[in-house]
Amino acid sequence: MSAGRCKASIDFSPKPKIQTPLVSRDTASLITKRFLRNIKPSYGSSGEMRRFVTEKARRVLSSYLLSSSRSQPSSSSLLPPVALYSTAAAMASKLNPPVTVETLNPKVLKCEYAVRGKIVTHAQRLQEELQTQPGSHPFDEILYCNIGNPQSLGQQPITFFREVLALADHPTLLDKSETAALFSSDSIQRAWEILDGIPGRATGAYSHSQGVKGLRDAIAAGIAARDGFPSNADDIFLTDGASPAVHMMMQLLLRTEKDGILCPIPQYPLYSASIALHGGSLVPYYLDEATGWGLETSELKKQLEEARSKGTTVRALVIINPGNPTGQVLAEENQRQIVEFCKNEGLVLLADEVYQENIYVDDKSFNSFKKIARSMGYGEEDLAVVSFQSVSKGYYGECGKRGGYMEITGFSADVREQIYKVASVNLCSNISGQILASLVMNPPKVGDESYESYMAEKDGILESLARRAKALEDAFNSMEGVTCNRAEGAMYLFPRIHLPRKAIDAATATNNAPDAFYCQRLLEATGIVVVPGSGFGQVPGTWHFRCTILPQEDKIPAIISRFKAFHESFMSEFSN
Amino acid sequence: MGKPLDYELINENVKKTAYAVRGELYLRASELQKEGKKIIFTNVGNPHALGQKPLTFPRQVVALCQAPFLLDDPNVGLLFPADAIARAKHYLALTSGGLGAYSDSRGIPGVRKEVAEFIERRDGYPTDPELIFLTDGASKGVMQMLNALIRNENDGILVPVPQYPLYSAAITLYGGSLVPYYLEEEANWGLDFNTIRQSIASARELLQFCFMENLALLADEVYQQNVYQDERPFVSARKVLFDMGPPLSKEVQLISFHTVSKGYWGECGQRGGYFEMTNLPPKTVDEIYKVASIALSPNVPGQIFMGLMVNPLKPGDISYLNTVNWFFHFLLYSKTILESLRKRAHIMTDGFNSCRNVVCNFTEGAMYSFPQIRLPARAIEAAKIAGKAPDVFYCLKLLEDTGISTVPGSGFGQKDGVFHLRTTILPAEEDMPAIMESFKKFNDSFMEQYEDYRGYSRM
Repeated sequence: MSAGRCKASIDFSPKPKIQTPLVSRDTASLITKRFLRNIKPSYGSSGEMRRFVTEKARRVLSSYLLSSSRSQPSSSSLLPPVALYSTAAAMASKLNPPVTVETLNPKVLKCEYAVRGKIVTHAQRLQEELQTQPGSHPFDEILYCNIGNPQSLGQQPITFFREVLALADHPTLLDKSETAALFSSDSIQRAWEILDGIPGRATGAYSHSQGVKGLRDAIAAGIAARDGFPSNADDIFLTDGASPAVHMMMQLLLRTEKDGILCPIPQYPLYSASIALHGGSLVPYYLDEATGWGLETSELKKQLEEARSKGTTVRALVIINPGNPTGQVLAEENQRQIVEFCKNEGLVLLADEVYQENIYVDDKSFNSFKKIARSMGYGEEDLAVVSFQSVSKGYYGECGKRGGYMEITGFSADVREQIYKVASVNLCSNISGQILASLVMNPPKVGDESYESYMAEKDGILESLARRAKALEDAFNSMEGVTCNRAEGAMYLFPRIHLPRKAIDAATATNNAPDAFYCQRLLEATGIVVVPGSGFGQVPGTWHFRCTILPQEDKIPAIISRFKAFHESFMSEFSN
Repeated sequence: MGKPLDYELINENVKKTAYAVRGELYLRASELQKEGKKIIFTNVGNPHALGQKPLTFPRQVVALCQAPFLLDDPNVGLLFPADAIARAKHYLALTSGGLGAYSDSRGIPGVRKEVAEFIERRDGYPTDPELIFLTDGASKGVMQMLNALIRNENDGILVPVPQYPLYSAAITLYGGSLVPYYLEEEANWGLDFNTIRQSIASARELLQFCFMENLALLADEVYQQNVYQDERPFVSARKVLFDMGPPLSKEVQLISFHTVSKGYWGECGQRGGYFEMTNLPPKTVDEIYKVASIALSPNVPGQIFMGLMVNPLKPGDISYLNTVNWFFHFLLYSKTILESLRKRAHIMTDGFNSCRNVVCNFTEGAMYSFPQIRLPARAIEAAKIAGKAPDVFYCLKLLEDTGISTVPGSGFGQKDGVFHLRTTILPAEEDMPAIMESFKKFNDSFMEQYEDYRGYSRM
């Protein structure tokens, strides 16, 4: 019972000075009994069922009182029944309602998610103003560079994937001869294969809580082909995007605030939010901006030991590769050191590998952590590795489908059973997303009818992303007081801004973080939405923002020139 | 050093969580299926898995949204009716970037508006789309709300027993306490109202109870489409609340959940759902929005399904005139599914009631049957020796003997010494008599084996 309720009940009590929860609870019980006994509904029905429910409510209340081991109230008459309804109403109007911000789960209040934070809300407001009053701002449209949501900015989906999804969503198409005129032959064939792997071909049914077995088989085959090491369908849990998989692992690992997770700084705020929501502690390790957001195991070791000396049990290490928001791709040697570190320190390696297809430089390539571990000769018994993958990123960018999976290796049977149980509470992830996850891990192959058009679409998207990344990187580096690391992968740039003292003071005066102040001003002047570095974490005293590389290519020059013009005027406004 | 994921080292709340619907019985059934045995799954309300066909129109619309390039193809009319094409265009225009883009974390604004209009038509009171959040199925919504409400084990949620195990599982997972209240089996679980007026009267009393006790009401209304008797249409808790007028209508905090998984839709695999909040302070709504935003957005195809469910084809639509014939089948088909479900519910109830020591209420409105099994003392002893709860023991034997996979009542909560099992009413109608016959055969021989006087008489 909330404190607010007890207090309010006292207002109603004939003995207002006795301010103990016992009295107020008893009084409430009594009131309820009397209230329920005396109400005369205007519709006049007071049949058996009404009494039944009244009895039920009474039982509810008494078991609730018994369970809190309070004595039952005596049933002396305290109030004239006539006053009951209106008095009760008066009482209720003074009550704090049961659900208020004050009584919400404090972990909910604590967690932050900057990618959809204050700046974005402000941007949505500006967008509405632009619609209702065109010309009310110095720009015509809001350019969302805050979130990796490529199709919202005009990126086209891969045709083959969508053909298969349409056929799977409406399987009766497969029985019609006209379908061959509208769909590629390999998409029809793939749809058949997928439907045959689903019991009853029912895409409208809940699946196994880990996902449809046939689809997990296909994904495992895709992983094995990618890594050159076997993968097992039983290790795969399909989820609604990668985020629920991250939540599941946090839920499993975090027992109290004494349990910590090593997370990169800067980090994708899903991790800080999920750790806060599940009541654990984030143990930061800093990526080194000077070496292109390099990851030093000496830094990992230092932070781990510091956390341990404070009594934190560090359970796992989060690695985002390619990096979000930092865009770096780890070198193989570096990955080996990380694997060795996790093995020696007994940490679960949580590998966020959702950007595995997004690499824009020739001197880097993607290696999964599981592949690295296996190539070092380490098996299931040596360390636990979880790999997260999503249909939202890559060249496919199918965010709205909420498809994704985690591959868990090195987990004992009893722990896996627990993961399965948690997965089963939500029954299963959406089937369309599951099918798409199987498709991205098994795209058309040489010789398939769709292969050439698929490759053209894929290369077109990735090459364009690489050009956009380079153009934005160069533009940021050309601005006064801005330095930007090479965009090796992922979908973001994370430039550093060296803000003049005056700008920092102006931000402080308005109660803003200096980078948030900069981003706010950018939005108001240009309509460009970026996320302040403070939402991701950064070395104290440094300021950054995250900008996606996702606006369509023809918009990039305009974005650059608007950005530059803003930056120049901002710097001159606040120059020392 | 212990390994990081040793069983002893994982979150206790996870270990404590029990989820009966996919528990021991389900795992054993899956094993048996792998061994090649024919298993009749009645454990999850999953109509399409049991052969129910989806409604055509929504599938056509979503298929077109999946493959929008078809809309530009001159041959599209060969495969899709004009109204499906129009509706697909309508929904694509509501999205920002089609099915492949994250939507607002609360769901596509245009679909939330359609949900709000549906609620207003249903209840006669307008609602605000800003207070409607679309979710990946109703379960996600329930979990989001419970996560927001529960602070620690001193926070309790009153839950009906027997209950749908999602509630017990989620409450445990979030570290709260389940406070049970028992539904009366003799009164058909409190569902057997003779008139619509009686059911409204009882809803009013529950709302008054919430008001007096200052409880938020979480109304699981996912079966609203499923009330079999036409003369007893669904009345939402929200309508009853607003009919009562102030102060209750302004004070009682109500969250109502809905889904595309139930009713004659049965689109479980799409994971579409919503919850609507009444009388929640804006700051609380903001916090719930924040938590929703961490999950980015509910799946967009599921959102479109929800839009289609709350905004079905109806007489008076412009396209209706062009598709009378098609719509006739649509209606007929909807009615057929509902009627068939009702018939199945009757076959099942009658079947159970013809069995020795089995008593079953007619399933009204839901997809499940929850017969009470009066287990003889010797069966209870045998279960004890086997280290199982008595109803688990019974259900496992039923599974091994007949392949019928059910959920033991202990997973839902039941009074001490009273045992149940839960089945869905979803196996195909034509399979139903055979299933019930095989159940009866098993049950009666089980009772034969364990009932004391029979045992003696054989000796």
